[in-house]
Amino acid sequence: MNEPVLPPIGMLAELTHRCPLQCAYCSNPVELLKANREMDTAGWLSLFEQAADLGVLQVHLSGGEPTLRADLGELIACLARRGVYTNLITAGVGIADGRIEAWADAGLDHIQLSFQGAFAATTEKIGNSRGAHEKKLETARRVRAAGLPLTINAPIHRHNMEEVPDFIELALSLGAERLEIANVQYAGWALLNRKALMPEREAVERQVQIVEEAQERLRGIMTIDFVTPDYFAIYPKPCMGGWARDAFMVAPDGTVLPCHAAGTIKSLHFERFGDWSLSRIWHESSAFNAFRGTSWMQEPCRRCERQEIDWGGCRCQAMAIAGDAAATDPACIKSPLHARMGALINEAISTKTADTTPDAFTYRRIGRVTEPMV
Amino acid sequence: MTHASRVRAVVSMQSRPILKSHARLQYDTVREAWALLSPERVFWPNEVSLDILRLCDGRHSVAQMISLLADQYAADEAEIAPDVTGFLQEWSDKFLVTL
Ligand code: SF4
Ligand code: SF4
Repeated sequence: MNEPVLPPIGMLAELTHRCPLQCAYCSNPVELLKANREMDTAGWLSLFEQAADLGVLQVHLSGGEPTLRADLGELIACLARRGVYTNLITAGVGIADGRIEAWADAGLDHIQLSFQGAFAATTEKIGNSRGAHEKKLETARRVRAAGLPLTINAPIHRHNMEEVPDFIELALSLGAERLEIANVQYAGWALLNRKALMPEREAVERQVQIVEEAQERLRGIMTIDFVTPDYFAIYPKPCMGGWARDAFMVAPDGTVLPCHAAGTIKSLHFERFGDWSLSRIWHESSAFNAFRGTSWMQEPCRRCERQEIDWGGCRCQAMAIAGDAAATDPACIKSPLHARMGALINEAISTKTADTTPDAFTYRRIGRVTEPMV
Repeated sequence: MTHASRVRAVVSMQSRPILKSHARLQYDTVREAWALLSPERVFWPNEVSLDILRLCDGRHSVAQMISLLADQYAADEAEIAPDVTGFLQEWSDKFLVTL
């Protein structure tokens, strides 16, 4: 590493793996941590203090379902005191009365609420949870009543892609400032369910048109951020803005990782907060330094003019599809394995059998299965 | 569903822009620079943008902002007006200021 390591800007804090929903597209690791493995309040508070000292400006409080942590208000207050911007990422079911208002008072800046479908039946099917949709609608109303800005997050895949126009209407009707149309990334449970989740090419093309048209039509009315599906792309996304470049994530037990799927790269070793300080992890952890910058790159990335645009794409996707975490992300057209992405799409589509219906979902459950071999 | 209440705000000389509650301008002591924090992004406004943003307090009209900035930069009001209104329209569209 010749370039200086700059301080991180953002942190994704997965406070818990517990969740009332069981989404088949969840990007959490397949081996979920039980409640007794979660870092305690003092641990998170100390981590947040160190994060602020280190230069973190934005913390996304996520999970699992972060609102299951009874100490959430205390954690928000700590971050707010340090001037850190807080974004709560919630599925919005089962939040007790008064809590949203209390978080707003504690200094919460923004809420991102996920909808598995634009209609009740879809939400229930994907999340495997009855009554979830109505609860989410109610949560959205309470968020607005508490004066908090709202982003609606719509994770898109084969079973709800046709609802994209309805997601747009839904977000407008709920008074959201922002809508995220996020095509699922195949990590964790989503990778396990890839076959059942993979959309058809024509549906993806229609979706792109609909979203682009809506972005134009709704300029200044509602922002639509579009996370396009990797498998249909020409160039990869700059995953995490580049490995260990300006963001990191923390698992429920305090393990600090460069990205949420990094645990699938078995050759890496990750430190836990508490054993090491956050600053030491950020600067010295071998996992963070493994793919930092550009010096680790192989061909074709090594001599590519886009290397500081996408940083070679996603290391975990390279691991999952190329079997080598240091390979060019196969989402990239320059990757010798790019054709495999297309083959995986075709394979999923041509097996138009039972395993492409939601009935084939392996729903996300703690202790259900072990990490798949791909 | 219709959403008649939701229309795009368009900047005028009478608008009194104010930073949205979810956008926060604060000095970052680690990087020694002003940062504008928003839900998904952190912006690093340059000097000119900062001078405009600091006037987004809900009290100054756009006309007043232009005249103050013209003074400050010893520039012609007519010359800087399109830049200022363009900036404010863009930042309104990004949901960072209310016009
Ligand atoms: S994706 Fe679904 S199951 Fe996973 S954490 Fe979010 S709401 Fe829970
Ligand atoms: S070759 Fe590597 S750096 Fe170039 S576009 Fe593809 S992934 Fe990005």
